[in-house]
Amino acid sequence: MPADDGAPTTTAQGRTFTGIGVGRGGAVGPVVLAHAAPRVPPGEPSPDDPEAAKEKVAKGFADVAANLRARADTAAEAGVTALADILRATAQMAEDPALLEEIGTLIDAGTGPAHAVEQVVDQFAQMFLAAGGYLAERVTDLRSVRDRVVARVLGVAEPGIRPLSEPSVIVAEDLSPADTAGLDLANIAAIVTRMGGPTSHTAIIAAQLGIPCVVRAEGVGALVDGDLVAVDAAHGTVTKDPPRELRESIERRVALLGDLAADDAPAATADGVAVQLLANIGTREDADRAAPAAVDGVGLFRTEVLFLERSAAPTVEEQAEVYTHVLEAFDDRKVVVRTLDAGADKPLAFATLPDEENPALGVRGYRLVRRDPGLLDTQLAALAEARTRSGRSPWVMAPMIATAGEAAEFAERARSHGVETVGVMIEIPAAALRAREILDVVDFVSLGTNDLTQYTMATDRLRGELADLLDIWQPAVLDLVATTAMAGVEAGKPVGVCGESAGDPVMALVLHGLGVTSLSMSVSSVPVVRFALRQHTADQCRMIAEAARSASDAVQARAAALALVSGEVREALGL
Amino acid sequence: MPTRTVAVASAVGLHARPASLFTQAVAASGVPVTIAKDGGAPVDASSMLRVMALGVKHGEEVTLAAEGDEAERVLDELVELLSTDLDAEPEG
Repeated sequence: MPADDGAPTTTAQGRTFTGIGVGRGGAVGPVVLAHAAPRVPPGEPSPDDPEAAKEKVAKGFADVAANLRARADTAAEAGVTALADILRATAQMAEDPALLEEIGTLIDAGTGPAHAVEQVVDQFAQMFLAAGGYLAERVTDLRSVRDRVVARVLGVAEPGIRPLSEPSVIVAEDLSPADTAGLDLANIAAIVTRMGGPTSHTAIIAAQLGIPCVVRAEGVGALVDGDLVAVDAAHGTVTKDPPRELRESIERRVALLGDLAADDAPAATADGVAVQLLANIGTREDADRAAPAAVDGVGLFRTEVLFLERSAAPTVEEQAEVYTHVLEAFDDRKVVVRTLDAGADKPLAFATLPDEENPALGVRGYRLVRRDPGLLDTQLAALAEARTRSGRSPWVMAPMIATAGEAAEFAERARSHGVETVGVMIEIPAAALRAREILDVVDFVSLGTNDLTQYTMATDRLRGELADLLDIWQPAVLDLVATTAMAGVEAGKPVGVCGESAGDPVMALVLHGLGVTSLSMSVSSVPVVRFALRQHTADQCRMIAEAARSASDAVQARAAALALVSGEVREALGL
Repeated sequence: MPTRTVAVASAVGLHARPASLFTQAVAASGVPVTIAKDGGAPVDASSMLRVMALGVKHGEEVTLAAEGDEAERVLDELVELLSTDLDAEPEG
């Protein structure tokens, strides 16, 4: 029996920080701090000595350029000429006289030096983004120069993470995909962030990779490199200098999770009602990782990853190759492909409007077809080609559908390309409310619970401070899931869930109880969901769902559901 | 003030490697040179950011201007550079 049941406490040995856990695992290891891109202070004063400020900025750019050139030389010596060329071009941008000239003008006019750097670099970045193509691809380089120079001007640590030599706990304000690129994943024991919410990129990536993670951990700014900490994702706690009992309890749970991971029996309730458990994937590598797992296929293949970091859309051939690989990896198992979901928090150089004031409500997802139908047609053609090559027929669905009319348009377009099984995402409340009409024109629907929650609660997914509102346990969100699932039951068509919520074992029971037919999640969440389902009958799931929907707020909804979950499951998973 | 008008020969336009080589040549000349597209405002030709931001495509004409004793010679050299497909050269 775990010794750390109940609320986390401060022990004599260590201080405990509390946040929101992602996953059920845990780890003990030394802290490695990751430094985020520096934030320019809002009230930066006008420089007392403009000449000295300009010199400091000039030295910052010169140092960054020298550093880039040194890295370019190392890359060239190692024979990596493409990287060396990029680093040299970036160094040249860092030394560009136009930057210093415009920054100098701003500083003379009384702007603080860090602000001046940010403002001028961002001006060029905007111009480059608007131009698209090669220029848009340089924006990341420009911004990394900006961050490094601003860090020097402010006298704070350079952004980034030092190379890891042993399994370590990464502690950061927040992590961007760029921060983690190139890190040795095998040496990331756990991730802790002070900001970000449970649906932030850090949390999603950690869940995908099965790395224990705690986000919104208050006070972890006090940790320094080398501190020994225990991270317990099931309880959302980070404990400095952990006592022996805590370390042992985490070790026991990690061992149990290992046992569950080895269980490959078909997923079903205690009374034998089958439940499809599917994997969320984004890349060919994800497919290779997920295919050997005991899953019934892929419930969400996020194709936008193929389009990221590119200045032009990938061709039919480039896309068809990846789709064929994924279809073949899963052989006769189901693969649900989501067409390009660009915009909002996933901007693409060639498909994003630079001036959208409210991108989450703008031209994103399926709506891109209004501006550039070729993008979708190319993708559908590539899927058709992959079907021919692999002999496997993908399920294809469109994101951000608001009306039955849009669903019908998409279905027609997809079928004209030879797609046999067409569906749409339900992530806009309007679509959930009209799920019956939508199911009249498509073969299946899949609930994207992250966006459905964002749009139902009018809460930005990236606003960590509103995490309490951005909670799928909000009864209003559960009502929309229930409406959609009911429409599916009536139509006799599949209704899946492909948000991260499907990987929460308690929510999985609720979703099954509401009538959802498949659950798609990170592969790492599948074992605990399989375990939880097997310990409950379909009727119990319905009662758990009913209890959650009857609650008046999110906290009570989860508590009401949890109260009906078997004691064995609660204890084993540290719920 | 001496000026020259020339069509950019590089297949990718005045971007990437061609922009880098051109602006480095301007900086190395030590002469202040401006570059303008289609009668637009002239910009500092030694600034890769400004030159790339002009968005000059293959075959488009640009006007170079410089002042001083060396102006004519430097402009002639730069015109020759822009008349070459800089992207096609073997990597150095």
